[in-house]
Amino acid sequence: MNVFSVHDLNVYYSDFHAVRDVSVDVKEHEITAFIGPSGCGKSTVLRCFNRMNDLIETARVEGEIKYHGVDLYGGEVDPVQVRRHIGMVFQKPNPFPKSIYDNVAFGPRIAGFKGNLDELVESSLERAALWDEVKDILDQSAFALSGGQQQRLCIARAIATSPDVLLMDEPASALDPIATLRIEELMHELKGEYTIIIVTHNMQQAARVSDRTAFFNVSLNEQGQRTGQLVEFDETGLIFTNPKETATEDYITGRFG
Amino acid sequence: MTTAALDLSGDPKRKRRERRVRILFQSAAVFSIVVSAAIVFSLIGRAIGFLLEIDLSQLWADGWFPRRGRFDLRTIVWHTLVVSAIAMVVATPLGLGASVYLSEYASPRARRVLKPILEVLAGIPSVVLGFFALKFITPNILTTFFPGTQQSNLLAAGIGVGILIIPLVASVSEDAMRAVPIALREASYGLGAQKWRTSLSVVFPAALSGIVASLILGLSRAIGETMVVAIAAGATGGSLLQVNPLNGGQTMTGAMASLAIGSDQVVGEAGTFDSLFFVGLLLFFMTLALNIFSERFVKRFRQRY
Amino acid sequence: MATRSKMPTTSDLVKASISGKKTDFVGIAVAFILLLTVFVSLGILITLLADMLIKGWSVFADRGWDFISSPLSPDPEKAGLSQAIFGSLILMVFVVIVAFPLGVGAAIYLEEYAKDTRMTRFIVANMRNLAGVPSIVYGLLGFAVFVQLLSGITNGRTLISGGLTLAVLVLPIMMITASEALRAVPDALRQASYGVGATKWETIRHHVLPVATPAILTGSVLTVARAFGESAPLLLAGAVLSNFFSAPAGTGVVTLVTEGDYTALPIVVFNWARQPQKEFVAITAAGIVVLLVILLLVNGVAIYLRDRASRRAA
Ligand SMILES: Nc1ncnc2c1ncn2[C@@H]1O[C@H](COP(=O)(O)OP(=O)(O)OP(=O)(O)O)[C@@H](O)[C@H]1O
Ligand SMILES: [Mg+2]
Repeated sequence: MNVFSVHDLNVYYSDFHAVRDVSVDVKEHEITAFIGPSGCGKSTVLRCFNRMNDLIETARVEGEIKYHGVDLYGGEVDPVQVRRHIGMVFQKPNPFPKSIYDNVAFGPRIAGFKGNLDELVESSLERAALWDEVKDILDQSAFALSGGQQQRLCIARAIATSPDVLLMDEPASALDPIATLRIEELMHELKGEYTIIIVTHNMQQAARVSDRTAFFNVSLNEQGQRTGQLVEFDETGLIFTNPKETATEDYITGRFG
Repeated sequence: MTTAALDLSGDPKRKRRERRVRILFQSAAVFSIVVSAAIVFSLIGRAIGFLLEIDLSQLWADGWFPRRGRFDLRTIVWHTLVVSAIAMVVATPLGLGASVYLSEYASPRARRVLKPILEVLAGIPSVVLGFFALKFITPNILTTFFPGTQQSNLLAAGIGVGILIIPLVASVSEDAMRAVPIALREASYGLGAQKWRTSLSVVFPAALSGIVASLILGLSRAIGETMVVAIAAGATGGSLLQVNPLNGGQTMTGAMASLAIGSDQVVGEAGTFDSLFFVGLLLFFMTLALNIFSERFVKRFRQRY
Repeated sequence: MATRSKMPTTSDLVKASISGKKTDFVGIAVAFILLLTVFVSLGILITLLADMLIKGWSVFADRGWDFISSPLSPDPEKAGLSQAIFGSLILMVFVVIVAFPLGVGAAIYLEEYAKDTRMTRFIVANMRNLAGVPSIVYGLLGFAVFVQLLSGITNGRTLISGGLTLAVLVLPIMMITASEALRAVPDALRQASYGVGATKWETIRHHVLPVATPAILTGSVLTVARAFGESAPLLLAGAVLSNFFSAPAGTGVVTLVTEGDYTALPIVVFNWARQPQKEFVAITAAGIVVLLVILLLVNGVAIYLRDRASRRAA
């Protein structure tokens, strides 16, 4: 079952053609990894999935993204509603300057959540593997947490709105190896409930956590601009053991450049 | 820089020039500080002289009439507070609204047009607003709504001062909101918050200490504003304490201005002219306290991001 | 949709849940209120400008250049701005030649030379606080120090006293804007310069100042504009607040500056504004128009300088 099917996606920033002709299918309850060199458009593509690119005035999206068969960029679709179904975790932990509790409660509150908020905060923090560390300091500022804890708080915040999909843009790149490992374990646990797309620079991470991997690369287009393209998309095992394209092989074996 | 080996000792001419330039700038700094420190001392001496000259019970008398030796501080401090409060009532909603609009809503193009206009508003001299308050706000607006308004009145002065500080409040709080990292806005949007929600529940609170600082700065400016008050509220010889802002009255700065206007012909009781220095010192400490207080808030804001 | 139930999987349900169903009234209301505050502020500015033009227009229409070139007079039909404009210009000369070098020099010392000690930070904080002191308090300083204490040098109530008072008033502001401009220069630039063996002064002169100059100039021009509109301190620093004063005999500019009585544009406006006769309203408004036009030109220069610099940087 496809959660997303992307067909011929092109993204422009003003007249700069950032991403060309990307087509991918993202399957339910799988982890899909986007890898590739810097500037190849991984974040750009990722931000199309919850219409974060709408917030960049120069950005323009062409092509088709179907979400459960619905055109994400269709006329009646409200980007605000989209983001309540498709949560996002960013590269740098970005907690609000509020208490730990209020960080997690923000999303449900704005969505008009009627149930027991305390329970929801607790269960979200539990699922983000943070509850035991923060259960006694819920009313302290989120800034008091370590970077790794902050990132898990951001994950808890994202899942508190019960999204269908989690988009993660290099969620562990600002963290130390131990905190990174915890986030990876967490992703494994969350996979049962969510569909996850993760952008990562860390090849081992992609190999460890993901079911499918998309390799993006930069090429020069007709105008001599550096444009990102999808080179290869397959099961992670195959991408890492038996890539079809030499560019993929060069990249994953470190011969890239 | 090492000077151990002979051929590394450097060109003496170059070193002399370095020293000369350094001393030049150092003396500019020292001079600036000395001059500035002179303010406080020039005030303190004569303010103390004033207190020694007068009958101290006159600081708590009936009205502020320096030429008759009556220096009721309650009168002028109260009027200052009334004018400043009115000014804040005008400037807070307009200044903060404009700052949220400029920082969160305006397109870059709109901002490029609006910011310079705001700067023009900020550059309007206070005499101009005083005249505007006296000859437009009072006759065309206030007398329409409140027929009993006096020609000189505290309300018009307060509104004039409020207009004067709108740009200050707007630009300082806009800076604070723009300094809130984009990442926070993205986090909020990523959770499905609308623009208004992001602006008001995430950006505004995150910038709150900077916004509070802008209001304190505005208040400090309002307290020290002189010409609007002198023109629109009346810089006459003195006044009784007025509860009704539709009447004219003297604020601290208004009292100073009216003494200054007559500075060479001042006649009256002992201490009449020196009361200027006493009020000036009081004003200095009030605004200083507010400025230091607002600096605190700004610092707290900076530490966060 | 913050329920714990799982997403429905048929696309119709999905479609319904991500479509913008209802109009966001709160969002529209918030945007409307915010825009309203901007328009009210703009409206006030426009009203003010229009009011001055309407009230003062007859003066320009009837008298034209005569209004600019005449001296003060108790007769509002004859009174003009020549002495006021002369006074204001000379005051600005003092501000520029005293406050600019001192303020920028002090900023260079504090930002580039002084170590980041408690003392340095105390001085910078002090300057910040001084910039917030009400301008009339600076008038007291001007009166006590320049008019009285140093009357041997300044001749009492002259343009020298007034000019020095305004210079002291803007000194902290000059210094702060220059400091901020210097602080905005990336440290990497200084490191690079030291890396090729430049001395401190060479680094400042060839690398730091060229980058910081546009911002310093813009800030300074705005500061001069601020001084141009100041009147409260001049009330104490000896400006003449009357409808008439005569220049001393044998009037060269130097005599006028060192010996004569003086006034300034905002002071004249203030004086006219407080005259009870109705006839003064028109010339007050006309005087304000002249004041605003000059300020607008000066501000325009500053904004132009900044725009050009930022465009170059981009
Ligand atoms: N807001 C923007 N405006 C203009 N160009 C942009 C913008 N964001 C990204 N780009 C450009 O689009 C291209 C793709 O950027 P993107 O951030 O998607 O790359 P990425 O693969 O995520 O890189 P990284 O691994 O460094 O995060 C780059 O050339 C980048 O410079
Ligand atoms: Mg990226």
